[in-house]
Amino acid sequence: MRMLRRLLLRLGQAIPVILVVAVLAFFLMHLLPGDPAAVIAGPEAGAEAVERIRRQLGLDRSIPEQLLVWLWHLAQGDFGTSIIHNQSVLQALADRMPVTASLTLVAFAMTIPIGIVLGVAAAKFRNTWVDSAVMLMALIGVSVPGFWIAILSVILFSVTLGWLPASGYVPLSEGVWPWLRALIQPAAMLALFQIGFLARMARSATLDVLDQDYIRTARAKGVSEWRTIAKHAFRNTLIPVVTTTGIILSLLMGGSVVIEQVFAMPGVGRLIVQAILTRDYPMVQGTLLALAFLFVAINLMVDIVYTWVDPRVRYD
Amino acid sequence: MTTPLLAVRDLTVQFRTDAGWLTAVENVGFELGAQETLGIVGESGSGKSVTALSLLGLHAASTTRLPTGSIDYAGQNLLKLPERAMRRIRGGEIAMIFQDPMSSLNPVLTVADQISETVMLHQGLDRAAARKRAVGLLDMVRIADAAHRVDAYPHQLSGGMRQRVMIAIAIACRPKLLIADEPTTALDVTIQAQILDLLRELQAELGMSVILISHDLGVIAEFARRVMVMYAGRVVEAAPSRALFRQPMHPYTSGLLAAIPPLDHDVTRLSTIAGSIPDPARRIPGCRFSPRCAEVEAACRETAPDLVTVGAGHLARCPPRLHRMAAP
Repeated sequence: MRMLRRLLLRLGQAIPVILVVAVLAFFLMHLLPGDPAAVIAGPEAGAEAVERIRRQLGLDRSIPEQLLVWLWHLAQGDFGTSIIHNQSVLQALADRMPVTASLTLVAFAMTIPIGIVLGVAAAKFRNTWVDSAVMLMALIGVSVPGFWIAILSVILFSVTLGWLPASGYVPLSEGVWPWLRALIQPAAMLALFQIGFLARMARSATLDVLDQDYIRTARAKGVSEWRTIAKHAFRNTLIPVVTTTGIILSLLMGGSVVIEQVFAMPGVGRLIVQAILTRDYPMVQGTLLALAFLFVAINLMVDIVYTWVDPRVRYD
Repeated sequence: MTTPLLAVRDLTVQFRTDAGWLTAVENVGFELGAQETLGIVGESGSGKSVTALSLLGLHAASTTRLPTGSIDYAGQNLLKLPERAMRRIRGGEIAMIFQDPMSSLNPVLTVADQISETVMLHQGLDRAAARKRAVGLLDMVRIADAAHRVDAYPHQLSGGMRQRVMIAIAIACRPKLLIADEPTTALDVTIQAQILDLLRELQAELGMSVILISHDLGVIAEFARRVMVMYAGRVVEAAPSRALFRQPMHPYTSGLLAAIPPLDHDVTRLSTIAGSIPDPARRIPGCRFSPRCAEVEAACRETAPDLVTVGAGHLARCPPRLHRMAAP
């Protein structure tokens, strides 16, 4: 019951966030210098074409009126229509989302176990070569630009060794292995930064926990060193780590914009970049809003997991 | 005294700090018989907790130099015992409770989990049996509604109850020795008395020896037959409580006694010992208490006094007082 109430409360809190993003996305169109219709139409367009776009986008009405129409359409699930592809934004997103979702989730599945294991190991073997090695890797992970290391990786694994495809995406419907084979390299490149980030985070969280009195209690009970870490420390380490996973998932989705470019994958990231380049503003607005929805959903999930990890939150 | 349960000799513990090796405990020695109670008293930083942690080998290995001296328990030197054998002693033969029950229990595990773990580990009980034991132990430490409370998380319990849970964990395997490191310091006065009563009852019931560590001589006096006073890492006086209270043979002990507010009349100012405990990194020549001592003599600042017998079972480290006693 408490769980449900907490969940409903969180959902309620998400509504204003979504509303603010919706309004901001709306004003994106109006922040353009000059006449948005003219900008969208491009420099070569005639007055008639500009007028047509203006009408099509509803820009001939007053701004409050436009805002209400925009919100009214959103409430009905209408995120707008692309002016380039003549396709609804939601349809375009639905087409591209499996690619980005696959990429993000595979990268996430790599980040979480590797990052945590490296971080906990570094803390356990603090001030030894293990710690130094992990921290060095983490430093490289967070410092090296993703697109650059991705290109190097393609040269090594795809061009020289020929083990992995250099680009493209294979849908899951064509089999798990081909799907995974296409994803493994881009996902790893995407995960690299986050692994470094998470390893550092998990290390400091573990060090913090290992200093706590209840760890000394566990040792005083005669619990072995390994069990102290696995049972008494780890659950507590997870509390700050879970908070981070929401951020990591969000950053992975953001990072996929770049990785999708490098590996020529037809995902949401490329959709946004193309929409920006072609001045397809309804598409930019729609995808922006859809991503905001997604981030809110991710944080909601993190909140639920958090409740499960930390009993002190469970009964607030 | 027959063979004591525990005999500590010349225990010295050093920690690594940025300023080099620092001696936290120097040549500490004492004996404890079966079912006896020893009180260790001193200010924070006097080395009393470090001494206690050494008994169980609980110092961080990375910052501690292997303690020297010997800790003889049941015919074996605990300082030389391999880690695996030491783990059987910890929680099984020698148990320990700590100062802060708020932070000493694991916040993400239930009371049942934390108590069961000890009996599963040392006595090989299965989960169901261990849980039943946990309920029985909560009863033993006078927690009402034990069958229900056993599933609680620490944050759902009051401070006094958490300390009772800590005690339940400690006595779970019927240890021969219980070390209580400031067990009541973090609790209200009324709860303090309850916890001390509980410890006393359990000691009688289980026939344990107890080492009670406190900065409060009042608590020690109420509880222990023998008292050891520590200052700056050294034992300055050790005596049966009665003798210590009747005739303290070290000015530091006198200072601690004077600091206990009398119950029978009001005082406007509490007595204090001037100054504070010295920084352990600073070497003090001669008697370490000399900078704060009201009875200091020139010789005190030059030669470090030895711990000498001044009465029946009474040791002290203050030659001027002894001389005054001998030549009245």
